[in-house]
Amino acid sequence: MTWLWSNLDRVGELMLVHLALSVPAIILSFVISVPIGWIAHRYRWTRGALLSLCALLYAIPSLALFIALPVITGLGLRSPLNLVIALTLYGIAVIVRTATDAFDSVDRDIRQSATAVGYSAAGRFWAVELPLAGPVLLSGLRVVIVSTVSLATVGAVIGVPSLGSLFTDGFQRGIQAEIITGIVATIVLALVLDWLSVVLGRVLMPWSRAKPTGARAASAAPAAEADAA
Amino acid sequence: MIEFRDVTKRYPDGTVAVAGVDIVIEPHSTTVLVGSSGSGKTTLLRMINRMVDPTHGQVLIDGEDVATVDPVQLRRGIGYVMQNSGLLPHRKVIDNVATVPLLRGEKRRAAYDRALELLDTVGLDRSLADKYPSQLSGGQQQRVGVARGLAVDPNILLMDEPFGAVDPIVRSELQQELLRLQGELGKTVVFVTHDIDEAFLLGDQVVIMQQGGKISQAASPAEILANPADAFVADFVGAERGKRALHVTELDGRRLVVDGDGRPAGVLAS
Repeated sequence: MTWLWSNLDRVGELMLVHLALSVPAIILSFVISVPIGWIAHRYRWTRGALLSLCALLYAIPSLALFIALPVITGLGLRSPLNLVIALTLYGIAVIVRTATDAFDSVDRDIRQSATAVGYSAAGRFWAVELPLAGPVLLSGLRVVIVSTVSLATVGAVIGVPSLGSLFTDGFQRGIQAEIITGIVATIVLALVLDWLSVVLGRVLMPWSRAKPTGARAASAAPAAEADAA
Repeated sequence: MIEFRDVTKRYPDGTVAVAGVDIVIEPHSTTVLVGSSGSGKTTLLRMINRMVDPTHGQVLIDGEDVATVDPVQLRRGIGYVMQNSGLLPHRKVIDNVATVPLLRGEKRRAAYDRALELLDTVGLDRSLADKYPSQLSGGQQQRVGVARGLAVDPNILLMDEPFGAVDPIVRSELQQELLRLQGELGKTVVFVTHDIDEAFLLGDQVVIMQQGGKISQAASPAEILANPADAFVADFVGAERGKRALHVTELDGRRLVVDGDGRPAGVLAS
């Protein structure tokens, strides 16, 4: 604990750096994966190719990708941007299948009824399909949050600072407290972001918490009914 | 008036859903398309608002071929009610009812006021406006579905087995409610069902369809019972089974109407 107190500034600083690496990657991978998932859902013939391709991304060893990317992007090896790109690619690999499932999960009757009452294709996507895919998309996002925060630590090996620097530094200098601090701080960060995403989901999707109180729901969910009482 | 002129729907795999159909649907009347599954009745209904486009023939609304109208605009002018209500589960009742007016660019305030009135019209309490569809019973959801269908005050109301998923008591209630509404509003209603009793109850014109999307008979319920066009129709309406061959017997001084199997169907009013 004494190590932590005397190095609190550095840990805090690394935490912010870690956030700056992982949050953009999380958002980017989510924003890119949603349309890919929608295409794979909408055009069945693309599904096999798209999903395999994205899954293959994950098979690339992270260290190899971190080193190979600068060659492609022309950025310096230690540029944080390389790491963000790499983390985004891994994020996409994790979430695309879930995004596809999310759009699959939208009830066909509801989609048809939206069309029948006069939603245009674009209007239906934004107002019906995307929100209804929301709960499953959120579950995918939560996996990406945890995996990205954890994977960002690997950047320390090639010299991009993050909470992972506490592992490499602690390992080289034989300070066990530093290594443990790194692990705990990474987990805490992941949990906080995960919690934030759940709160955001509740705010954006209030209907998913609506307690069924109708006659039909009463027989289906007596537990919820008792809960309400 | 809605008119089907020699309409055929053939899918790329060769399945014929609708084969050479001609129907005239008079304005301010209820036409019920009835048949077993696979008879093309829903396909026929969906051709009216271009959810399905025919491969041959024309569908006309007041003389205008629907193929020449933008499908999205067309659908916003036609009420649509479907099985399991088809409500958007992530929108409150009031938003569901106001969906189409808002899509048409009406002011939010006016659309909401009208939506509340529509809840009255379909016999729902206004306190349900802020609930989500999952918080309503099946019958209530179906009423909201009808309110949504009426929201833009359309001339045409399409109903695709709207009462198929509710229990018999609620179903009967909803049927009576629809008759009352139709008496007040006088829409051109096209209603799909597989239940011949429902068809006879609601329809001014009943169109009986058979496998392969052909029409067996299109006439008033009385006409169909009096002169079934063929053996299929006779069987379908139950004439063959004696279900419709009613006669009168006397019991304890009251005159009972019984069907061909001897089951009581009602009491003869004097």
